[in-house]
Amino acid sequence: MTDVYITPEMRAVVGVPFRETVSYPVSASDIRRWAIAVYYPEVPPRLYWDEEYAAATSFGGIVAPEDFNPFAWAAAVPELRPREEGFDWDYTETSLGVKGPGLTTNLNAGSQTRYGPRIRPGDVIRSTSHVLSYTEKQGRMGTMLLTVIRSTWLNQNGEAVKENDQTSIRY
Amino acid sequence: MTFTVGDTFPPFTRDSGFAYWNRYAAVNDEFIPIHMEDDAGRSAGYPTAFGMGNLTWAYLHVALHRWFGEEARVAAAGVQFRSAVTRGKRVVISGQVTGVRPAPGDGACDEVDLALRAEDQDGTLLAPGTATVVVRR
Repeated sequence: MTDVYITPEMRAVVGVPFRETVSYPVSASDIRRWAIAVYYPEVPPRLYWDEEYAAATSFGGIVAPEDFNPFAWAAAVPELRPREEGFDWDYTETSLGVKGPGLTTNLNAGSQTRYGPRIRPGDVIRSTSHVLSYTEKQGRMGTMLLTVIRSTWLNQNGEAVKENDQTSIRY
Repeated sequence: MTFTVGDTFPPFTRDSGFAYWNRYAAVNDEFIPIHMEDDAGRSAGYPTAFGMGNLTWAYLHVALHRWFGEEARVAAAGVQFRSAVTRGKRVVISGQVTGVRPAPGDGACDEVDLALRAEDQDGTLLAPGTATVVVRR
């Protein structure tokens, strides 16, 4: 079947690194707020907000939930910039210097993740990403573009805290 | 703790709606119209605004720690989002053990594989998933 959205230029950037991001040092407050949101309406486990309690666990201190995102809102690299209205769902292709398909809806289709050591207060996380694959399939909204992006997160000690293959659907 | 293939766990449940999604948007900076406005949800083909896949993903991890304890190590997890968590749905997460083996390099721990299933209150599949959790025997 002939591709509708995937161009030779897009195929050529599969595997090319893009979007290197470095977090600000993670704070205990970042972790606490994350846990409160995720556990709402329950009080989250003390492991995520009570330093004295967490110190007595096998972790020896507060750690973040595995799903914690240290890049939300702002990162040290790239630095904070003015926000534009709307969303550029061609962000991946734009970052790689090629033209994207210009689709208007972008959905999270799923993830496959491998975890290393837990993120802790004070950690600085560096993320690098590359496109693992582009595929197309037919759905109820017509032809859809599936993009898998692999992101690897390393902490300041070079330990891989997370490797995530995220699939998005654009249509 | 020891586990056997076929073991199941008490379902973990969460209601849904803007009170949940707005809190998550506030920490994940995920202020996307499909999660904030019913009109945007309808434009994307759904009856209402709908919750973030990342929040269902977070709930899978909450469920794992509910079942295995807060100090259990989640080594891997995966999910496929099949249906949207539209406003008013209840997310029900269940899990079943599909494999148990000694953890490599740690004689005191097992690796436990799980099949996960997030569905709504009517049994409609929202998101199947998998996980591997390292637990002390």
